Amino acid sequence: MPTASRLPTLPSLSFELLHHTLSNGLRVVLAPDRRAPVVAVAVNYDVGFRSEPQGRTGFAHLFEHLMFQGSANLEKLEHFHYVQSSGGTFNGSTHLDYTNYYDLLPSHALERGLFLEADRMRSPRITKENLANQIDVVKEEIRVNVLNRPYGGFPWLQLPELMYDTFPNAHNGYGGFEDLSSATVADASSFFDSYYAPANAVLSVAGDFDPDRALEMIERHFGPIERRTRPRRPDFSEPPLTAERRAQVADELAPIPAIAIGYRVADPVADFPAYLASVLLAEILSNGDASRLHRALVQDKGLVTDVSAYLGTFGDPLEERDPTRLTITAHYADRAATDTVLAAVDAELDRVATEGTEPGELRRAGVQLAATLSHELDNVLNRGLEFAKFQLIFDDAELILRLPELLGAITDDDIRTAARALAPTSRAVVELVPGAAK
Amino acid sequence: MTALLEVPGLAEPARPKKLSYSERVLESGLRVVAVRRPTVPLVEVRLRVPFFSARARHRARSALLAGTIRTGTAEHDRLGLAEALGDLGAELSVGADPDRLLLSASAIASGLPALLGLYAEILTSASYPNAEVGGERGRLLERITMSRSQAGVMAGEALAQRMAPGHPYGRTLPDEQEVAATTAAQLRTLHAGMVRPDGALLVIVGDISPARALAAAESALAGWTGAAPAGKVAPPPPVAGGPLRIVDRPGSVQTAFRFGGPGLPRQDERYPALQLANLVFGGFISSRWVENIRERRGFSYSPRSALDHEALRSSFLISADVATEVSAPALLETLYELGRMASGPVTEAELETVRQYAIGTLAISTATQSGLASTVANLLGAGVELEWLSSHPARLARVTVADVAEVAAEFLAPRRLVGVAVGDAGAITAPLAGIVEVE
Repeated sequence: MPTASRLPTLPSLSFELLHHTLSNGLRVVLAPDRRAPVVAVAVNYDVGFRSEPQGRTGFAHLFEHLMFQGSANLEKLEHFHYVQSSGGTFNGSTHLDYTNYYDLLPSHALERGLFLEADRMRSPRITKENLANQIDVVKEEIRVNVLNRPYGGFPWLQLPELMYDTFPNAHNGYGGFEDLSSATVADASSFFDSYYAPANAVLSVAGDFDPDRALEMIERHFGPIERRTRPRRPDFSEPPLTAERRAQVADELAPIPAIAIGYRVADPVADFPAYLASVLLAEILSNGDASRLHRALVQDKGLVTDVSAYLGTFGDPLEERDPTRLTITAHYADRAATDTVLAAVDAELDRVATEGTEPGELRRAGVQLAATLSHELDNVLNRGLEFAKFQLIFDDAELILRLPELLGAITDDDIRTAARALAPTSRAVVELVPGAAK
Repeated sequence: MTALLEVPGLAEPARPKKLSYSERVLESGLRVVAVRRPTVPLVEVRLRVPFFSARARHRARSALLAGTIRTGTAEHDRLGLAEALGDLGAELSVGADPDRLLLSASAIASGLPALLGLYAEILTSASYPNAEVGGERGRLLERITMSRSQAGVMAGEALAQRMAPGHPYGRTLPDEQEVAATTAAQLRTLHAGMVRPDGALLVIVGDISPARALAAAESALAGWTGAAPAGKVAPPPPVAGGPLRIVDRPGSVQTAFRFGGPGLPRQDERYPALQLANLVFGGFISSRWVENIRERRGFSYSPRSALDHEALRSSFLISADVATEVSAPALLETLYELGRMASGPVTEAELETVRQYAIGTLAISTATQSGLASTVANLLGAGVELEWLSSHPARLARVTVADVAEVAAEFLAPRRLVGVAVGDAGAITAPLAGIVEVE
């Protein structure tokens, strides 16, 4: 076993970023790195599930689909053809606080990628026919990921409803079928006008390119897009929970029960150090065989099949503003064990809160998290996406590069404080009741 | 009305860089390949041990072996091993399929010698403690139950069975009763008999010097010895069409269609043409079938076709999940697009698009440390030398419309495939039986 002096140190991340803002307000982050002949183009818009109107649940995601259906100078299907016939791949995804669109291309296709992103920022081509087609496609997506799947959407679709009291935070981001079906072309135009202004977006380019030439291309393609007002982001905050909340959901396809426990955590933007301590705490709780919850619930007590603790709706801890949460989920075979599982989780959280970390544990969790982060940033596309996202959410793309150092500065006291905040009296618990008895 | 803007053309492509690597076959027969790729200060390790066996219960035993191989060694208990890995920023995952046992890890680059030391410890002295095997056995059974409740998993199982009945490839999940009957002693015997360096492959990619990585591997793994187990296994006989098998999943709101048939291995001279034929049909979003059933008709969210490679066979596979009500029209469109591929040529424009896509995504797949490590391990594990990576774009460039037509007629013809449909049998049987023979 390596002794403490021989242990590897936290990796440091050396990428140089360049910043620029166009006269229409579009923020640009460039991350050149010429080691592999590929380039990523990512555009993040500052709008997500939280901003969709009442009666239009799922609209932000439906709109993401519509952004691929043709644009000012491109017919339906042409966007796909141009990216793929250049040897590239593309996609988009919708989150609570942002929506991203991205292409990964051989570097000689950079200008084409920039043109394609600029063209839909200029104006997507939204027709009644394309809207009806994509409503069908989104319904199939929901069927395959939620309705036809055991544990489908659990707990991201069920926990917010219990945990939050206001529509923006509590509603189902995939959307109800009635809401999706009643979406109109006029809704889409007004959503675009409100939220897809250049000033409400960040463009990032990462990988194999010359920064000066890339900036020329960006000016050429994005520069002429008209400046529009950047929408004011509403205050989505909610007061913390003052009592435990419990709910049950039935899942006819699931063979065994599952549980999701949600806790409110510090504001990621306003109180980043406290929030980062929660992120490290989640690592200590559930990453790997040496983690607290795995040892206690899986190995020692044999209570659960698996257990996981994570921040954010989809497991990316650094993509949401306030309010966000730490979630603990577990699957377990014994239907009568719910309270035992909860008590075991409480006991472990209490142990961290009162006794703190074990020797070496804090450093190990920090190294693991920093290694995971390095691993992410090895991928050119992830670099493009992460820099754009950090610029958008934290107004600081370089923050991600300082994370190893910031993780190294977290103390045992910080972890105890983060653990104390995960109290039974302010949590939300959703039990999934299985219907597929065997 | 303003004139349309023109989509920019492509600049001069960068010349692909040749992979620089070093390799050595150790005295034990273990082949070690090391590649320098210093984007981030990490290292990726893949150890691939041939694990094919036609013996009864092998699937169950290898699944449980993969789940317990790092729960105890001569030096460490489960917690001690996890802490030692964590100290290196390492994640180790272990998986078994019919072909191989794979131990994959990434770690902070300076921790490579220590990581290889832990590999050696696990390979030479994994102890399979009775209590750990007992716990993992129960959890594996629960995970199998959870997997089987998914339509996609059911469909994968049904297709595998349809394509290779009675062969190890005919089963995608281990049998529950065989898992329940597996003991720690059996795992120790299996480990001693099959976890051997002769014929195995170790790939190291990352921010390392290849020479020093080879030296580190040689020194760390010197104590791992043993000749390859004897025995040769035949591939499953090729499938030859037949009725569509309906698997009932009462109340299912979707039907999961899966079809499969023979493909070609990467070394085959007709492989590049088949690769491109697959893309034109359904291998990416700009394909005929995806444009038809997703972008035109909205029947499915992610229909996709692919070529899959196993040690003893290559396959052409297609999959789509569609709403129950449109099961029959979706099948009809699928057969139509397959038939169109098999009976008529693709256009020059279609061919050019998929050619560029295949060349571009090959470069993308090897642009990360982990992607490169997995690609190298997959290729060498399948007996394809690394030169293939740099020469493949030229092979793709030579494929003609006639080459694609020839392989499509042979491999994409609907009558050559076997299929399954997992869905609400009461609702879909009659409509599907109106189009094809069902069973």
